[in-house]
Amino acid sequence: MFSLERWQEIFETISKNKLRTFLTGVSVASGIFILIILLGVSVGMQNGIEKQFQNDASNIINIYPGYTTLEYKGLNPKRRIQFTNEDYELALGDKEEVVHKSSDFQIWSRLISYKKEFGSYRIQGVMPDFQYLENASIIEGRFINQLDLDHLEKHIIIGNRVKKDLFKDNSPLGEYISLSGLNFKVVGVYTDPGGDREEARVYIPLTTAQVVFGAGINIRSMGFTLPKVDDYDEALAESNKFTAKIERQLKAKLLVNPLDTSGIFISNNIENTKEIYQLISAMKIFFWFVGIATLLAGIIGVSNIMLIIVKERTKEIGIRKALGAKPMSIVAMVLHESVFVTAFSGLIGLILALALLEFVGPMVELDFLINPSVNFNIAMTTVVILIVAGAVAGFFPAWRGAKIKPIDALRDE
Amino acid sequence: MIEIKDLHKSYQIGKNSLHVLKGINFSVKEGELVSIMGSSGSGKSTLLNILGILDEADSGSYNLDGVPIKNLNERIAANYRNKFLGFIFQSFNLINYKSALDNVALPLYYQGISRGERTDRAMSYLEKVGLADWASHKPNELSGGQKQRVAIARALASQPKVLLADELTGALDTKTSYEIMDLIQQINDEGKTILVVTHEEDIAQMTKRIVHLKDGVIINDEKVEQVRAIENV
Ligand SMILES: Nc1ncnc2c1ncn2[C@@H]1O[C@H](COP(=O)(O)OP(=O)(O)O)[C@@H](O)[C@H]1O
Ligand SMILES: [Mg+2]
Repeated sequence: MFSLERWQEIFETISKNKLRTFLTGVSVASGIFILIILLGVSVGMQNGIEKQFQNDASNIINIYPGYTTLEYKGLNPKRRIQFTNEDYELALGDKEEVVHKSSDFQIWSRLISYKKEFGSYRIQGVMPDFQYLENASIIEGRFINQLDLDHLEKHIIIGNRVKKDLFKDNSPLGEYISLSGLNFKVVGVYTDPGGDREEARVYIPLTTAQVVFGAGINIRSMGFTLPKVDDYDEALAESNKFTAKIERQLKAKLLVNPLDTSGIFISNNIENTKEIYQLISAMKIFFWFVGIATLLAGIIGVSNIMLIIVKERTKEIGIRKALGAKPMSIVAMVLHESVFVTAFSGLIGLILALALLEFVGPMVELDFLINPSVNFNIAMTTVVILIVAGAVAGFFPAWRGAKIKPIDALRDE
Repeated sequence: MIEIKDLHKSYQIGKNSLHVLKGINFSVKEGELVSIMGSSGSGKSTLLNILGILDEADSGSYNLDGVPIKNLNERIAANYRNKFLGFIFQSFNLINYKSALDNVALPLYYQGISRGERTDRAMSYLEKVGLADWASHKPNELSGGQKQRVAIARALASQPKVLLADELTGALDTKTSYEIMDLIQQINDEGKTILVVTHEEDIAQMTKRIVHLKDGVIINDEKVEQVRAIENV
């Protein structure tokens, strides 16, 4: 079937019909180019949208202490529970799945002053990941880091409200503010969608807070996030399993009755994220639809080209048949040639599109379009599908061309 | 070589049926040069297409070199066309993106002959029609007479039993027509069986036998004294 003779015949046809080959090639190449770029852009949009909703979608679990209501192992009810660093270590201990983690210690209200300005704000000693447990985003400087923790640095991150109160329009970075008689260096400013109330706080390293406020190893609460799972039900199950385990471990260590519902509170926001999960999966379906629609358009485009080519060659087909070409050899000739041209130019379109995405993609960082890119396998599959679809779609006109009676094809108008 | 009996052919045009061939009986022996004459619309091309296995009769029988031509599938029809028949058309029907040489070689491609051999053979037929120097030219670089010579070389290349020519001089001026007829006569002199459809009396006179068609029947079939084309050029 794929003899050298036919390759020669086809190369001859291709090279002697440069314009037709060129036009076919350009339309197929540009079709595939556009398709791949579209796929890339839709990936970029998914990236963008996912990033927008990332924080809202993440499964945040907070654990607070309370008062016991049931007696347990000889201990009276109404006992106040106090968490320590050890409880945090225990809770975190064997949970490899945890993404973000922090414990915190807080002072409800303290006077903070800078030069002549002062105000009362909530003080929180936290760990670096706390930023993600709260919806705080840094607008100047940075958040607490591990070095701050390790060296008990007197570094402070202030809320936007605090900044406005104490510094007006000046940059607070590098300035020292006074808190409980100590000077803390401002290293960052954050904003929070919660507004003024949430921005009227300051963050300092947990270790520093424990020393400054004489807390020893006490902490107030702890928080964790779990990895994002694509399916909501799965996320819910994982999350419930996780909290149940922590609850069991903490209750055992702190001697809380397993049936006591107020010794330890675990808040889990997974149920609030349900709508976001639904939004993201609706979005996935939408982009699937866009992808398939584009692919379909590509298939129709390629098939159309095939149809035109066969139509244009009707007379030639008639001549070849009069000279003794068998129907199958006509079909094979048309398909062989068109698949070759489609595959070749399709690959060129693919390479150009991949190159563009590769070099330009990483530079794109818009709100709803981040790093448009395509998976190479998906791109290859797309091209193969197009070639196969083109061949299948080209088969019918080729077949019809082969079925035309030579006299009909050769009739002079 | 050719034997047809009681051949009928109708065309369906909408609800009407146009009876074009109404019982044709005729035979051609090997080495004959026959012209089929008749006014336009008399059914000459229809008859030639049936003889060329490009079309099929509604009824009647057709034997080509002893082989009954009836209900052939496309593959076999293609094979017979390739082996038995060479076509020459009024409008040449050359493939315009192929050189003269490649056009002549095309029937050999469908015989499965290797490229080298195809080129050799095609070249010798181009020499025979006097166009060896034009082998690499495309049809659009050739005159009408030259195109028809290429077409004749192509028809001969597959070494067919019968050459079928439909108005082969229809697109040519008188002088060129006679040159082409001279070539046809030479080929016939070498023993090739040739059927020529024409409505021109002078062309018909250059064959050896004239079959006159009118309203779908043969009204006259006679041997004639052949006029040598070369004497009229
Ligand atoms: N495919 C066709 N469909 C319908 N009518 C046809 C077809 N081919 C030929 N005819 C008609 O049949 C008649 C004979 O045509 P044709 O054999 O071409 O005549 P000639 O070659 O003698 O001029 C004409 O009237 C023509 O219009
Ligand atoms: Mg005619």
